[in-house]
Amino acid sequence: MLAHFTNIITVFLMVAGLFIITARGNLIKKLVGLSLFQTSVYLLYISPGKLIGGTAPILSPAFTVYSNPLPHVLILTAIVVGVATLALGLALTVRIREAYGSIEEDEILALDHSVEDDEARESH
Amino acid sequence: MALAQHLPALQVILPLISAPLAILFRRAGPAFLIVTAAAWLSFAIAIALFLQVDASGLISYPMGNWQPPWGIEYRLDRLNSFMLVLVSGMAAVVLPYARGSIEREIPHESHYMFYAMLGLCLTGLLGIVITGDAFNLFVFLEVSSLSTYVLIAMGRDRRALTAAYQYLIMGSIGATFIVIGIGFLYLMTGTLNLADMVPRVAVIESSRPGLAALAFISVGVSLKVALFPLHQWLPNAYTYAPSSVSAFLAATATKVALYALIRFYFTVFGDSFVFGKLPLPEFMLILSLFAMLFANAIAIFQDNLKRLFAYSSVGQIGYITLGLSFDSVHGVGASIMHLFNHGVAKGAIFLLIGGAVARMTTRQAAPPAPTFERIAGLSKAMPLTCFGVVLGGLSLIGVPGTAGFVSKWYLVLAAMEKGQWWLVGAILVSSLLAVAYVWRFVEAAYFRAPPAGRETGKEAPFALLIPGWLLILATLWFGLDTSFTAGAALDAAQQLVHSGN
Repeated sequence: MLAHFTNIITVFLMVAGLFIITARGNLIKKLVGLSLFQTSVYLLYISPGKLIGGTAPILSPAFTVYSNPLPHVLILTAIVVGVATLALGLALTVRIREAYGSIEEDEILALDHSVEDDEARESH
Repeated sequence: MALAQHLPALQVILPLISAPLAILFRRAGPAFLIVTAAAWLSFAIAIALFLQVDASGLISYPMGNWQPPWGIEYRLDRLNSFMLVLVSGMAAVVLPYARGSIEREIPHESHYMFYAMLGLCLTGLLGIVITGDAFNLFVFLEVSSLSTYVLIAMGRDRRALTAAYQYLIMGSIGATFIVIGIGFLYLMTGTLNLADMVPRVAVIESSRPGLAALAFISVGVSLKVALFPLHQWLPNAYTYAPSSVSAFLAATATKVALYALIRFYFTVFGDSFVFGKLPLPEFMLILSLFAMLFANAIAIFQDNLKRLFAYSSVGQIGYITLGLSFDSVHGVGASIMHLFNHGVAKGAIFLLIGGAVARMTTRQAAPPAPTFERIAGLSKAMPLTCFGVVLGGLSLIGVPGTAGFVSKWYLVLAAMEKGQWWLVGAILVSSLLAVAYVWRFVEAAYFRAPPAGRETGKEAPFALLIPGWLLILATLWFGLDTSFTAGAALDAAQQLVHSGN
């Protein structure tokens, strides 16, 4: 149980994030869910890279056990990607709020449907 | 000579540099010139690399001279050199078109942003194709995806914003699934280099993490491919994006995702495992049939032309995955051919429709949706545009003499090799559905009277007509002379199918 502690947290965050994305209609909350989901992947990469008692990979006779630095570097990139995605998502939400006056998915869909009905009426 | 060695790096770096340069100039003119020059140069490089691979077989380029498997390797074989030609060629055609078409769609002050985003999108797509490193593939996937979301959101209709948001959520979930899969592969094999992974994956692929990696990558890439039923983001995104963006995405974005699927299935995991030991061929076959029949049927009932052809894209992707599920040289070859042929034909159709929409747009007003009501009798005003769309439509149906016929012919051949005669029937039925939606266009454009009140109008602007027709001519050319497409695709399939592991 304890051996899989980080894995359990990872999976919990992953599923929680996906659940929020699907269950919530608020565009900001969806982005929160997406961020949680992406964060869980950071843990998935980093936790196996850490050896208990290992140090940074500095070649020195004093140390024999090293942690793998590569996952950290990869996740640094993934964090940047996550920040960019979140920023772009929030920017889109601002624009949607300006255009629709709402950030609730069902209200936006209702507005879209009424527009489509108007278009259909115009063309007949 | 020294420069020639670095062509694989320049392929990606030129468009990458063009994007920040375009932003630094902050003006539409220079930004357009820089990004277009980068796209044309990268098209020239792609052709040079294609010929080089044709002559020497395989190119491996160590990025920054860090030797693989430690450094990032750019690795070119028959498949991805062919894909590079498609992606960079489409960018080279779409960019001159974009200059004329975004005038009415995007406020002038953000034109330079548009060009920068298109440059970045091209960078990402080329990077996914050329890289031989799993994590690098993810990074390029995100570069292309993030710029795509921005490009879609630039559409004038406010629904473009919700389409972009929806695609952002779905696309990010897909990309994150891919990272999870790559993470499992890295945990199990200790390497990120795809070629280096191959022998190590062969040992662990039946283990639970190996299967989990395959599952996550399959779902993630399928989201990007818009494989039925994961296609919900696609129709809105194509419908409300600016015309040039719809054309570029329809021709390249899903195709590059399909390339990633082929790379993971056939190179990394090996088709004898994916298609031989797992029930994946059956699964893929069923999803492909659903796409071919349902999405094409939904397309018939659309009122908006752009949405109609977006659903048709989902259907055409079904043909491509159907070919993959056969796991034979002809089947996979047909898929790779169809990637190319469908990309060119669908790109042409979106470009031509965009031209017609631009002509119908009155100054300052938002571009009208190209509904059947609005295009009634259009052939009198715009004979060339309408004839082009019909020719592109014939390629979607697969009429002999068009490129679409060639790839469908190989697909039918592959189905018969497998003894699956009923699939030949299914392919015919879905082609009939394509006949139905193309006929709807013909009926509206040629046989209906123009709506009262619309002035007769003129042909679409030539700057918008020429790129579209260029692609239509390419569709006809590749329908008659198949040495380039069929040759490259079958060679690539030969390298991929049953390649020994």
